[in-house]
Amino acid sequence: MKKYDVVMIGGGHNGLVTACYLQRAGLDVIVLEKNAWVGGAATSRELTPGFLYSNCSYVCSLFRPEIMRDLELPKHGLQVISYEGGAVFTRDGDYLASYRDHDSHRREFARFSKRDAEAYDRYARDVTRQCRFIQPLLMRTAPDPFSFKPRDLQEMLYLARKFGDFSPSEMAATLRFWTMSISDFLDEYFETDVVKAYLALSGIIGTALGPMSPGTAYVLLHHYMGEVDGSVGAWGYARGGMGAVTSALASSFKASGGTIRTGADVAKIMTHRGKATGAVLADGEEVLGKLVVSNADVKRTFLKLVDESALPERFVHRVRHFKMRGSSGKLNIALDSLPEFPALPSGSSCIRGDLHFTDTIERMEKGYDDWKAGRWSADPFVDMMIPTTLDPTMAPPGKHFVSCFVQYCPPKVEGNEWTDADRDAFAETVIRQISDYSPGFRERILHMEVRTPREIEQEVGLTEGNIFQGELTFDQLLFNRPVPGYAQYRSPVRGLYICGSSTHPGGGVMGAPGRNAAAEILRDLRHAPSHMSSAHDVI
Amino acid sequence: MKHLTAFNRAEQGHILTPRLETPFHDRLAALSETNDWYSWAGYKAPHSIFDTELEYFAIRSTSALFDISPMVKYRIRGTDAARYLNRLTVRDVVKLGVNRVHYTAWCDDHGHVLDDGTLFRLGEEDFRLCCQERHLPWLLDSAGGFSVEIDEETAEIAAVALQGPTAFAVLEAAGFAGIEPLKPFQLAEFPHADGSVMISRTGFTGDLGYELFAPANAALGLWDRLWTAGSGFGLKAIGYDALNRARIEAGFIVANADFITAETALRADRERLPDEIGLDWLVDPEKPYFNGRDAILRARAKGTLKHVLVGLEIEGNIPAEGAIVYHRGKKEVGLVTAAIWSPLAKRNIAIATLSRPFGASVTDNLWVEIYAMRELRYQKLMKRARVVPRPFVKLDRRAATPPGRF
Amino acid sequence: MTSFDAIVIGGGHNGLTAATLLARSGRKVVVIEADDALGGAARSFEFHAGFVSPGLAHVINRLDPDVLSALAIEHATARTAAPTVALSLSGAHAVLRGAYGETIDGVSRDEAARFRELRSKLLFQAGIFKRFLKRRPPEVGEIAFTDLKSFATAGLHLLSKGREEGRDFLRMLLMNVADVADEYLTDDRLKGVAAFDATLGIHLGPRSPTSLLGLYYRLTGEVAGATGAQVVAKGNGHSIAALFDAAATKAGVSIRTGTRVEKIIADRGRASAVVLSTGETLEAAAIISAIHPQATFMALTDAAEIGTGFRRAVGNIRTKGNVAKLDLALDGIPDFPGVARDDLAGRLVIARSIDHVEQAFNPAKYGQFSTDPVMEITLPSLTDPTLAPDGACTLSALVEFAPYALADGWEKGKPAFLKIVLETLERYCPGIGASIVATHFLTPADMEERYNLPGGHWHHGELQADQLLINRPVSAASGYTTPLEGLYLASAGSHPGGGISGLPGLLAARQILSEKRA
Repeated sequence: MKKYDVVMIGGGHNGLVTACYLQRAGLDVIVLEKNAWVGGAATSRELTPGFLYSNCSYVCSLFRPEIMRDLELPKHGLQVISYEGGAVFTRDGDYLASYRDHDSHRREFARFSKRDAEAYDRYARDVTRQCRFIQPLLMRTAPDPFSFKPRDLQEMLYLARKFGDFSPSEMAATLRFWTMSISDFLDEYFETDVVKAYLALSGIIGTALGPMSPGTAYVLLHHYMGEVDGSVGAWGYARGGMGAVTSALASSFKASGGTIRTGADVAKIMTHRGKATGAVLADGEEVLGKLVVSNADVKRTFLKLVDESALPERFVHRVRHFKMRGSSGKLNIALDSLPEFPALPSGSSCIRGDLHFTDTIERMEKGYDDWKAGRWSADPFVDMMIPTTLDPTMAPPGKHFVSCFVQYCPPKVEGNEWTDADRDAFAETVIRQISDYSPGFRERILHMEVRTPREIEQEVGLTEGNIFQGELTFDQLLFNRPVPGYAQYRSPVRGLYICGSSTHPGGGVMGAPGRNAAAEILRDLRHAPSHMSSAHDVI
Repeated sequence: MKHLTAFNRAEQGHILTPRLETPFHDRLAALSETNDWYSWAGYKAPHSIFDTELEYFAIRSTSALFDISPMVKYRIRGTDAARYLNRLTVRDVVKLGVNRVHYTAWCDDHGHVLDDGTLFRLGEEDFRLCCQERHLPWLLDSAGGFSVEIDEETAEIAAVALQGPTAFAVLEAAGFAGIEPLKPFQLAEFPHADGSVMISRTGFTGDLGYELFAPANAALGLWDRLWTAGSGFGLKAIGYDALNRARIEAGFIVANADFITAETALRADRERLPDEIGLDWLVDPEKPYFNGRDAILRARAKGTLKHVLVGLEIEGNIPAEGAIVYHRGKKEVGLVTAAIWSPLAKRNIAIATLSRPFGASVTDNLWVEIYAMRELRYQKLMKRARVVPRPFVKLDRRAATPPGRF
Repeated sequence: MTSFDAIVIGGGHNGLTAATLLARSGRKVVVIEADDALGGAARSFEFHAGFVSPGLAHVINRLDPDVLSALAIEHATARTAAPTVALSLSGAHAVLRGAYGETIDGVSRDEAARFRELRSKLLFQAGIFKRFLKRRPPEVGEIAFTDLKSFATAGLHLLSKGREEGRDFLRMLLMNVADVADEYLTDDRLKGVAAFDATLGIHLGPRSPTSLLGLYYRLTGEVAGATGAQVVAKGNGHSIAALFDAAATKAGVSIRTGTRVEKIIADRGRASAVVLSTGETLEAAAIISAIHPQATFMALTDAAEIGTGFRRAVGNIRTKGNVAKLDLALDGIPDFPGVARDDLAGRLVIARSIDHVEQAFNPAKYGQFSTDPVMEITLPSLTDPTLAPDGACTLSALVEFAPYALADGWEKGKPAFLKIVLETLERYCPGIGASIVATHFLTPADMEERYNLPGGHWHHGELQADQLLINRPVSAASGYTTPLEGLYLASAGSHPGGGISGLPGLLAARQILSEKRA
C-alpha cells in the first residue's frame, strides 16, 4: 500500500497552506477532505444556479501576504479587492457611515460629535501601535515558557525585548489594552453611542463574549491586524468569494504535485506505539503516512479522531476544557435586485461595505445575554455585506449575493439540539431586523441558506460551530493555544501535528497557523524551509 | 454619554463634496492658471496659482495673498481662559497682552509636542488658537476644572495672509486706517463692510506681513478690497509651494513635516520634546505649571534630550530635501526635513533633525548625502554642511515700525 | 502657618496605617478626617438605638499581619475561622469550614475531594499573585534589582510544584471563575460561592473573563496565619477601626476629626500644604492622601497644577460601585432553616449557582439592580454581643448587584430594591420580616455621599486586570508617588487595592520612608 510522507486531515485553508509548503519542500502529501469540495470555512458554493455564496467566511484581510507570495496564489487565481467603509443604521432613521477619505470620515463622525470625530485619530493611533506590536508575532511559533530549551528561552527573550521597546506609558497602556473590554476601551475615547457601537463590532465578531467582557479589546485587534496590500487594518473581498482563497491554494498544491482526495471522511487517526501512522476513512480504508497533520480543530482531532488511550490524561483534560463555543450564525441570500436602504442617500458608497443595524453597545451586550441563556439574540447584531456590488463574478448581472453574519447564535438552544424549526425562526429574526431598515428586502429573496452553529459544525466540522476553532481569550492565546505545553503544532503523539486555527495565532482566514505548522514539521524533518518567507518587516 | 437625537439630513450630504472650498475659493479658482490643487485638512488649497518661482518673488519683492482659512482655529473664552491656556501651552500667557499674538507650542504630559501655533489674545478673557492639526479632544479634556468655553471656528472664520514689502502699502490703500503703528505680533480690529476684520502683524514668511481674519461671509468682499488696492503694488495670489520657500528662509518649522506631532506618531521614538525641535526658547520654567513641564525640565537636568533641530548651510546649490546627515561622512546622525536654494541669501539652506550630541555640542565635520535625480539617474553628492542659526534670512523691513511702503 | 512632617488626608484604616508608621519613625504627623470619628468604611456606627453596625466591612479576611506588626496592633481573633454557609432554598446547605473550605459539610465525598483539589490549586496560584501584592508595583522602564529578584523568586515559586502547575497558572490567571469552577466542581452551591466571592464588589459576572482574579484576591487574604480564612467583624471598641485608632494615638499621631481638607496647595510640580475647612493652612514635606484618587485629584487639586493626560487618566478610573449594604435590627436571632446555631455566627451566602450570580449581574450592565440578588449575610451581634440589646440581634448583608448609576436614580430605586432584598431574605429565613425593628440600607450612591467615595466603590476603583499593579490607580501614580512631588497616595485606590488589609497604607509609608533615607 502506498505510504505518503504526509497525510493531511482536512482541506481547510490552513491545511492547504501546510500541505502546499510541505509539498513544495519535496514531500509527498495527500489531503483528505470529507466534503466533495475543499476549502473548509473558506468556500464559494453555488447553492442556487448563478450565485456563488461565500457561505462561511466572507471577507479577507488577515490572510498573510507572505503566504500568498510564497505559494504563488495570484498565479492560481487569487485576487483581493479592497472595499470601502460601510454604515451603521440608527433607529431614528439616520446612519453613521465610514469613509476611506480621512476628512470625509471625520466630517461624518462630526455629524454626531465633533469631539468624537477628532478623537478617532488618537484611537486609531493607539490601536495601530498595538497592531504593530503584534503583527510580527503572527508568523512565529509561540515559545513554551516552561520547556527551558534554548530556542524557547531565546524566543521568550525576543518577546520580552519587544515589550521592552515600549515606553513606560505604552507598556502600561498595553497591559490595559490586552485586558480591557472593548466597551470600556472605547469609553476612554468617545462619547457617542453610535460611534462606539460601530467600532465595537470588531471586538465581538466570532466571539462568545459581549462587548462589555474584558478581553474584547484584544479581539478587536485580531480583526485589525490584517491588511490589504500593505494597508493595515483594511478589509477586502476575495474576487469570486472566499473559495477563491482555497481554490488558489488547492491549485497551487496540485501544481506542485500534491494529491487531494475529496469525499474522504477521516474516522480515525491510526497510531502505533505512540506514533501516528495514518488515517482510517469512514469506509474503513486506510491511508498510510509517515506523518499525520490535522487541520481539524483540537477537540475533533484529539477527542474524536485519536484514541484517548494514546494521550496523556492531563492533555485530554485540557483539550476537553478548551473553549470552542459557537456564537455566530450566517444567512447567505440571493437577491433579485440591490436592496434599498431609505436612510442612505441614493448612490451612497456605504452599500459596498459592512452594513450594521445595532446602534448601541448595550444592544450588542443584550444580544450576548440572550446567548448566555442559550437563545439566539432577539435583537441580533448583523454584519451584512453585498460583495456583488464590487465583484461581478458572484451573481448574474443586476442580482446580488448578500452575506449576513449574525451574532449571537448559541451552539444549542436552551440546552437542546437545534431543530429545523429553530433554524427557520432564527432566520426570521434576522430577516425582520434587516427589513426594518430595508423595506422590500424579504420580497427580493430568491434563495437563502441559513447556517446555525449546527450547520457549521455539520458541514465544516468546526466543533460547536466556533468559527475561530477556539475562543480568543487570554487563556487560549500564544503559548496557551490550544493547550499549554502543546502550542508548537506538535502533539503528545509522535508524528501527529495540528495546523488549524486552534493553534497560534488563531482564527480568521489568516494562513499563519498552517504556515507555522509547516515550519515546525520541516524543522523536525531537518528540512530547510528555503521557500518560506519570514514575516514582512513592520517598520 | 450622548444619545441619539433627531438628526439633520442635510448634514449627510458632506460626502458629496469631500474637498471643501474655502471662503476665498471663488477668487482663487478664477485666478488659478495652473489648477494645481491639493487637500489641506480637507480643503482645496493651491500648490501654485500661476508660477511658483514668480509667486515666491511676489512675497519678497511686492506682496502676496495666501489663503490660510484651512488652518485650524479654536476660540477659547471664559474667566479662566488665560489660566487654562497657561496650563495648556509652554509659554507664559500672562505676559501676552490684549491685542497681542505669540507663537507657542503645547505638549502632552510626557513633554512631547502636540503642535505649535499662534495664540491671539483678542480680549482679557478671549483667545484664538491657530494650528496645523486638530486638537478638540485634548482642548476639551484640558478644560476640566476650568471655567472656559472652547469652540472650533475653522469654517466660520476666513483667514488670509498678506505678505511682502508692499503689504503695508496695500492695506493702507485698501483704507485700513490706523494700520501704521501696528508692531509685529500686535493685532487690531478694523471696520470692514458691516462688521470688522481682525488684522495681526504676523506671518510665516519672515517678511513684512499681516494676517487678516474675518467672518466667512465677509471673505470675498475682503479679498476684493485687498485685490483692488493691491493692483498698484504688485499683489499676487500664491500657493503653498511659494510660501514654503519663504518659510524655510525664515527658518519656521511645519508640524508633521519637520517634526511629528505626538498624537499622530505611530512610532513612540518619533515624539519630540520642545528642545528637540528648536522650541526650547518658548518653554518658560518660571511660569506656573504647564503640561509637560516636569518631563521637559527633567530631560534638561538629566541631559536625556535625544535630538536637536538645526539650520544647515550646505555646500553647492543642490537642495538636500530628505537627505541623510552624516558625521565624518560615515556615521548617520540625522535627516534633512526641508531644504531649498535660498534666492534671498544665495545659499543652499536646510532644516534638519540630528541625534545629539551632533548638531548640539558636535557641529563640525557634518555631511549630507544628496540623491539628485537627473534624467533617470541619481547623482549622489556628499556635501559638507555647517550648522547655522535660523532664520537664514533676516529682513529689517519685517519689524520696522512704522513699516515701509516697499 | 502650622507645619508638620506629614499630613494624612482621611482617617480610614489605610490613612491611619500610613500615619502610624510615619509617626513611629519619629515624624510629626497629623491625620485630617472629615467625619466625626476615624475609621472610614471600617468604622462601626449605631444605626438604631442600641443596634450597632460593624460598618461596610462586616467580614475580616485580609488584615495583613505585616501591617499589624508594623503598627504593633494586637488583634485577638477567634481561634477558629468563621464558616461559610452556602444557602440553599431547600434547606440543604453546604458549609465550608476552616480556611476557605478546608473541610466541607453537606456535599458528596467526591465533590469534597474535587473542591480540595481546586482549593489547593487556587491557593497555590494566589500565593504567587500575593508576592506582588505585598510590595510596591515595579516601576516600568526603571525595573529595579529588587523587582527582578521578586520576579525571579515568583518564577521559582511557580516551578516549585512542577512545570504543569506553572502552565496551569499562566493559563488560568486571566480566566473567568465560571469556567474554572465548571472544570472542577459539579455542586451548584459551591460553584455559586466561588462565583460570588470572585465578583463581590467588582463589576464583572462570573462568566466575564478575568473574574477569577477576584477569587485570587480573596484567597491572598489571611486571618491569624490561615490563608483564605475569615472572621466576622466586631464593633464599638473592638472594631478594626478602633484598633487602628488606638495604634495611631499611641504612636503620637495628631488627629483632627470633623475637619475637611478643602484644597491641596501645589505649585509647579510640588505639593506643599493643605487648606482645611477651618480656613487654616497646614504645611508638610509629605502630604498623604488616603482618600479616593478621584477625590484627591478632581476635587482637592487645582487642575492647573496637574497634566491634562494625568487628569484624564484619573477621570477614566472605573469606579462605579456595585454593592449595597443592609443592616437590620432584629428583635431576636433569626432562624435560617437548616443552619446550625454555631454556623449562624459565620457567613451565609445566597448565590445558588453560577447562573444565579451571572443573572444577578446582567441588569447591572444596563444600570438596573438585580431582581434576584446575591448576597453575603452575617449576624455580627452573635460574635460581638455589644452590638445589639440583650435578646436582640443585628444582621448585616452585602448585596449585589446594585449599580451606582441606576438608570432611574436611587431615590426611586432604593425602596424598590430594598423590598426585593427583604423578600429574598424572607425566602431563606421565613419570618425575618416580622422581626425587623429597624432597617438601614446604603446604596453605592449613599456610600459615595457618606464616605466621600466617588462612585460608591469600596475598592476606590474597579479591581480588574487593567486597573491593577502598574495601572493602579493610574500608571503615572502607581508607586504611591504622584506627578506632584510631596503628594502621595495611600488609599485602596492604590496597589494592591481594597478590603481591610492596610497594605496600601503600609506600602505608601514605606515608600516615603525609603525616599527620606535616600
